[in-house]
Amino acid sequence: MSSVTADQRSGAKSMSIIVTKGTLDWAYPPFILGTTAAAMGLDVTMFFTFYGLPLLLKNLDLRLSPLGNPAMKMPMAGMHMGMPNLASVIPGMEAAASKMMRNLMNKKGVASIGDLRTLAIESEVRMIACQMTMDLFEYTLADMIEGPELGGAATYIEVATRSDINLFI
Amino acid sequence: MADQTLDAKGLNCPLPILRAKKALQTLPPGGTLEVLATDPGAVKDFQAFCRTTGNELVESTSEGKILRFLIRRTG
Repeated sequence: MSSVTADQRSGAKSMSIIVTKGTLDWAYPPFILGTTAAAMGLDVTMFFTFYGLPLLLKNLDLRLSPLGNPAMKMPMAGMHMGMPNLASVIPGMEAAASKMMRNLMNKKGVASIGDLRTLAIESEVRMIACQMTMDLFEYTLADMIEGPELGGAATYIEVATRSDINLFI
Repeated sequence: MADQTLDAKGLNCPLPILRAKKALQTLPPGGTLEVLATDPGAVKDFQAFCRTTGNELVESTSEGKILRFLIRRTG
């Protein structure tokens, strides 16, 4: 495998993102910024590690939890409603909140994570799946979408040393 | 009259930009793209997109809630 980054080939600006979170809400910032940067001509690398790694799975089943997140308030009947932590432990509450968020996003014209991921691949965003996390959570490349390569911390650091922007999300 | 029109009404950030980028790629250099959108954030975003990519934002207007951008592919 070549160690020459796309950045070196094209002379374009570049950005790397470490993706560490895999909930429905936290999946958005890296994919929105990654696809937009690519659209603006940057060479983008995304490094998926820990809970960010499942964002590369063929079957996305993204959820979010209102538990411990007092900032999560949904527009409802003209108000903004939060959910008390105690209510979050009721079985099915997490699925209900996830569904509610998905419906809200759909209504407001927000892209799905699956769509943004496809756009990222189409715009040649380089995706690296953390080898250590693959081993830890017992995933193989066969579980993942086509495109990601395997790599570790040194692979990421090499990219980061050459990138104009490095984000940890 | 633009060479191509992209209807991005009802789409939220960053979809108008991503769709516009795709559409621009299908145009020859110098070609023009008209984008219709309703995302209020698109006004600043298309300015930033054009500044960064070197494409020319020829017009940025609005009619009611509909925003209209005319972009010339120069990037």
